Amino acid sequence: MAEQNMKMEQYDSSLFQQVELNEQAAERISGKSLNFWQDAWMRLRKNKAAIMSLIIILILSLLSIFGPMLAGRDAYEQSITKAKLPPKVTGLEWAGFDGVSTLGEKEINFYETKKVEENYWFGTDHLGRDLWSRVWEGTRVSLFIGLMAAIIDVIVGVTYGGISAYNGGRVDNIMQRIVEVLTGVPNLILIILFILILEPGITTIILAMTITGWIGMSRLVRGQILKLKNQEFVLAARTLGASSTRLIFKHLIPNTLGTIIISLMFTIPGAIFFEAFLSFIGLGLAPPQPSLGTLINEGYRELKTFPFLLVVPSTVIVLLMVSFNMLADGLRDAFDPRLRR
Amino acid sequence: METILSVRDLNVAFHTFAGTVQAVRGVSFDLKKGETLAIVGESGSGKSVTSKAIMRLIPNPPGEITKGEILFEGRDLVKLSDKEMQKVRGRDIAMIFQDPMTSLNPTMTIFKQIAEGLKRHQGLTGDAAKKRTLELLTLVGIPNPEARLKQYPHQLSGGMRQRIVIAIALACNPKVLIADEPTTALDVTIQAQILELLKDIQQKTGTAIIFITHDLGVVANMADRVAVMYAGKLIEKGTVDEIFYEPRHPYTWGLLGSMPRPSDDRTLDLPAIPGTPPNLLHPPAGDAFAPRNKYAMKIDFEKEPPMFPISETHEAATWLLHPQAPAVEPPPAIRELALKYRPDSAFAKSLLKGGQV
Amino acid sequence: MENRRKLLEVKNLKQHFNIGRGRVVKAVDGISFDIYEGEVLGLVGESGCGKSTTGRTIIGLYDATDGDVIFKDENVHGKKSRKEKLKFNRAMQMIFQDPYASLNPRMTVGDIIAEGIDIHGLAKSSEDRNNRVYDLLETVGLTKEHASRYPHEFSGGQRQRIGIARALAVEPDFIIADEPISALDVSIQAQVVNLMKKLQRERNLTYLFIAHDLSMVKYISDRIGVMYQGHLVELCDADRLYENPVHAYTKSLLSAIPLPDPEHERTRKRIIFDRPTSGPVGKSTDDTSIPPLREIEPGHYVSLTDAEYEAYKAQLV
Repeated sequence: MAEQNMKMEQYDSSLFQQVELNEQAAERISGKSLNFWQDAWMRLRKNKAAIMSLIIILILSLLSIFGPMLAGRDAYEQSITKAKLPPKVTGLEWAGFDGVSTLGEKEINFYETKKVEENYWFGTDHLGRDLWSRVWEGTRVSLFIGLMAAIIDVIVGVTYGGISAYNGGRVDNIMQRIVEVLTGVPNLILIILFILILEPGITTIILAMTITGWIGMSRLVRGQILKLKNQEFVLAARTLGASSTRLIFKHLIPNTLGTIIISLMFTIPGAIFFEAFLSFIGLGLAPPQPSLGTLINEGYRELKTFPFLLVVPSTVIVLLMVSFNMLADGLRDAFDPRLRR
Repeated sequence: METILSVRDLNVAFHTFAGTVQAVRGVSFDLKKGETLAIVGESGSGKSVTSKAIMRLIPNPPGEITKGEILFEGRDLVKLSDKEMQKVRGRDIAMIFQDPMTSLNPTMTIFKQIAEGLKRHQGLTGDAAKKRTLELLTLVGIPNPEARLKQYPHQLSGGMRQRIVIAIALACNPKVLIADEPTTALDVTIQAQILELLKDIQQKTGTAIIFITHDLGVVANMADRVAVMYAGKLIEKGTVDEIFYEPRHPYTWGLLGSMPRPSDDRTLDLPAIPGTPPNLLHPPAGDAFAPRNKYAMKIDFEKEPPMFPISETHEAATWLLHPQAPAVEPPPAIRELALKYRPDSAFAKSLLKGGQV
Repeated sequence: MENRRKLLEVKNLKQHFNIGRGRVVKAVDGISFDIYEGEVLGLVGESGCGKSTTGRTIIGLYDATDGDVIFKDENVHGKKSRKEKLKFNRAMQMIFQDPYASLNPRMTVGDIIAEGIDIHGLAKSSEDRNNRVYDLLETVGLTKEHASRYPHEFSGGQRQRIGIARALAVEPDFIIADEPISALDVSIQAQVVNLMKKLQRERNLTYLFIAHDLSMVKYISDRIGVMYQGHLVELCDADRLYENPVHAYTKSLLSAIPLPDPEHERTRKRIIFDRPTSGPVGKSTDDTSIPPLREIEPGHYVSLTDAEYEAYKAQLV
């Protein structure tokens, strides 16, 4: 035979002893067991942009809670003598936080002219209110509105979409027609009417935004559940006699959670932005209540003389928007089942 | 016969979150003009990845051809630029995919889909393109081709769709046709028709076919030569008769043994290969098949077996072929076939003496 | 066979789907068959012939358009209390086709297998529940270490065995296996078929085994039914079907299977079946085109027209 012509390497003959086949060993799975969330977290951790965004969001959230306390000033306290002070931070003078502003041709150190001893980190507005405190107070309000709007969207949207898809047939048909009618109403007009009728305030804005805001979520959830409903694992649970509650909470909802969370992460910055937009066009929160939108609105009036009044809240809102969107993108990649084996 | 395509020491890796998956590990084979080479293996064996690597269709990232060359008419396809490769794809080497539903564009008519390749590679337009399209549709056995030109894929049955896919692949008279499980998604009766069609086309056009499949019945029907893959490696290759009547690798035995045959006693258990294929994130040391191999020896767990040549055309990677290895008795189904059809082969004679080599 | 107890009787079962704009797909169009206790009935046919729909309608995943399903002398369709339904769910179980879609990716394998135990309150304590899960895992050739893992860590064959364990957890008498092997590799198909045979012997189970080709089915089936366009066209003993297929469609199915034998393949002659209707299979069937079943020899039922039957008898002489 051919191999006899070939030069064969000689091995220790014990190597050619037969080994008993271990069927259990052939079934063993190596590697650590990860559930869906651990697996997603592992993916997210490798996404630097998403992790940076997460850190920025955490820092901004912490500042929005504890920021005003750090400065020790009230966000509403007015002091005309200290109005329109530029930002000043000891040690950060080189970065522009030097209390100096340019009026006409001249550079003026307002802290010296107004004889103010203490530093205002972000300066003060036209009524002498501390901008640092107002910005974080405003961030808190904006975040709260964003979060509440998103949570209400999720609750209403998931329930509506879930019921519609789970029942299917005629129920689904009627519920979807209602949604179509709702989407037909221009939502900006609806919101303006809402705000005109009710007292302007945080609750009104949240309500106004959620009248139609949940529709997107409900459609998403409906689509997911319609797809999952006919998956074999759901059919298997049905043949085992699972109740509706069990089907919904054990099988359907856990498999839509990823989608819901991603959508939630995109809804929050949307709501923050919408609040800012409403406040900016004067339909939002009433003064003296600060929000990022009202602060930008006020700052924009002083744009030429005291740009910091616009720059500071704008920076915060930009950071929030970008971070939330990047985190949502990262989460989408982390949850994406196409990359899962 | 002249070699048209030659794959040398091909290695393909996928970089995933969990680590690097070595999907193809040092695969080498030649394809000769006008022949059909079947690459057989279970899912995850790397057979599809190999075919996609030849077409340079490995998505990068996460995939990457890490080593090796693919010589087509003397040119190394691995080194071609994407633009040069586009000219090769479709014109010189064409591919048929598993699912005829997803490999056709649902928004384009049959005529447009076929004419696209004709225009790009051969500059055919207008009446010339139409004439050629009708020729192709007739070639793939589509009845009433004139009426089909303006139809959309959803108006056709699965078998008809796969014929269209084949027509598109044949549009530019490719020298090599890669068929990646072209009949797996089809019913048996339709599968039989498509297989007959492919053989018929090969006779008419002389194109070489690489046929990727997991079904040994299809291999027996189609192939001139067979390469068996396991865990990213070629473990045995030979002519179709050598693989079916004189197989040497225990994995090939297992595969052949687990195929149902009409003559079998149905009350007995089917011989199955125990366990599951290895995870190529952590390929085992030695022979990857060893943990499922009932003929495994100590050396299989320690050293990877080299390819042992058996004849001019036949080689297998198993330590059982080493002169020091003990004689073993292959499964009864293998023995039966060998003695029935190749009683004079060295393999059959050694079987009569009570074992292999 | 005749003196054994009928476990399941399917009588003139119809399942029509309304696909909108007044169009109706007659997926299953009046089929009748019995399954005896302890036997395995194979149901074979090509995609769209209605075999899976038959299985799903029997177990009640779809409401039948017409016809009766009688299980243990009780009609299983129609309004029933939750308690009666649960009793039925315990007795009849299903194994699904797609090993990737049939296990909930968010649940551990232990919880998946224990789902039936939880729903029916079969375990006395959480310890009992775990022991039952471990026993089931071992029954299907896995180990208790696998209980805490998630489906995506398993191969197709392993997942299919987990699906089998899930069905066995409620100790059913009758299992509908809906193409349990068609998504698996050949060597793994053999594993699953062998496992199912072993379980059937050990637990005296009855199966309805649905498959799309005839090659593997005979290893597990006592009798085989061939379906074509929503109808049963041939039904007989498994061995007999291979020895003496009578319906032209059965012949074409049998002759289309490629065998792992090159010599045989070189000489194989394929029998081509002229489909009575044109157009995509499974849509718009004309029921007059498929004649009713007739018993041509004891236990061998074939759908033949009078002319075909005469021709068959003439050929026997």
